[in-house]
Amino acid sequence: MTTPAAVLPLSDSLFALTLALLLLAPLAIAGVALVNTGLGRSRSAAQSLLGSITIVAVAVIAFAVVGVAFAGNPSYTFFLAGKPWNWLGGAPLLLHNFNASQPLSQMGVLFEFMAVAFAAMIPWGSGADRYRLPAGCISTAFLAAAVFPLLAHWIWGGGWLAQLGANFGLGAGFLDAGGAATVHALGGLSALAVVWIAGSRKGKFPKEGLATAMPGHNAVYILFGCLLALIGWTAWNVAGAILWLHAAPSTLVVTVINTLLAASTALVATFTVTRTRFGKPDASMCANGWLAGLVTSSACAGIVTPLEAIFVGGIAGLATPLLVELLELALSIDDPSGAITVHAFGGLWGLFAAGLFAPQQGQMLAQLVASPRFLAWCSRLSICSPRSSTA
Amino acid sequence: MKFAGLLVMPAGFFLAVAALVLFPDAALRATFVLCGLAVEALGLGVAVRGHMERLTDVHLAPALKVTGGASRR
Repeated sequence: MTTPAAVLPLSDSLFALTLALLLLAPLAIAGVALVNTGLGRSRSAAQSLLGSITIVAVAVIAFAVVGVAFAGNPSYTFFLAGKPWNWLGGAPLLLHNFNASQPLSQMGVLFEFMAVAFAAMIPWGSGADRYRLPAGCISTAFLAAAVFPLLAHWIWGGGWLAQLGANFGLGAGFLDAGGAATVHALGGLSALAVVWIAGSRKGKFPKEGLATAMPGHNAVYILFGCLLALIGWTAWNVAGAILWLHAAPSTLVVTVINTLLAASTALVATFTVTRTRFGKPDASMCANGWLAGLVTSSACAGIVTPLEAIFVGGIAGLATPLLVELLELALSIDDPSGAITVHAFGGLWGLFAAGLFAPQQGQMLAQLVASPRFLAWCSRLSICSPRSSTA
Repeated sequence: MKFAGLLVMPAGFFLAVAALVLFPDAALRATFVLCGLAVEALGLGVAVRGHMERLTDVHLAPALKVTGGASRR
């Protein structure tokens, strides 16, 4: 077991700022919960929102009891080919002696609490009308206690992905300040696993003819959720840049601008695509485009320039409606909330773009080495999730 | 077939990790990492195809039952 690496000090003002930002971050979770509720059927709206809150609660408890130990420091390291591979945290269970840790470590744990709640909630929207709440809670407990902490440790806890730069000369190691990998790619791929296992909603894909359109029941919920998400996401990205990129205060405004630009460009791109294809803009698709832009910003808002943020958001916005159609019409994957496209694709694209535009040499390779890990987790989740989890 | 695809996906990941250890040269390392990604994508493709075949079977099953009942009558 190795001791934690030296932690940079956090000044009082920066501590206060980070804490304030993390108190705003749950608005992103609230926004996405509202979007998922609006995209579902009216008869299951209460169930959807109740499920979101319950899953957040279960995720936080499971992470506090077990997960925080695997995510934290000190950690277990083995040596292969003369290089250290820091793969698992070995912190005390139940946040034992948490008060004695340094402020930056405490903030990191608080960030992880928010992140695990968010990641666990993403598959719930995709499994609407099929995913039972008790089964969802069991899957969430597994995700929050075992899957998420491992990824969080590798990326944020000084694990082997974070050390790719130091050990193999790959840029600054794997960069994911806003949780594009640990939250969105993981949540989106979990959603894919849930949809695969649960199958489609009754009547969605009839034996003959095209897929039945099941539009969201409340566009106001969906669009208001997007606005709430923007506030939370901005706070999330800035807090992530302070904690994981050790960004200077002078760079934080650019991070906010990049977040806004990525979301706005994605929305405009999706608006244009749906307007061109269907003759009028589609509200739910535009909301998905907006969220996809925000997800991509999670990976790269603290790294890219505003012009690059426009490019990254634009690609996410163009791809979102096309991928949603591809999944539904070509692959018969019934994803009511569009989480697979928005979170899985958006997260992976953002991580790729961060490597593409990062100034460090070899950063792209670090991002590419880490990305397959998240695809592989999809297989783990598919196998581990119980079949009884569906209605 | 679905599970075969799901098993191929981690293989692609290990290929990418092995490239880090085996090849200090940047170009070779990048090539192998890209190969790992390709294997991973191949696994995902096979898993999706397996899933689609299973889905088709599930959709056909009720029709077969009805046909069977009609022939018995």
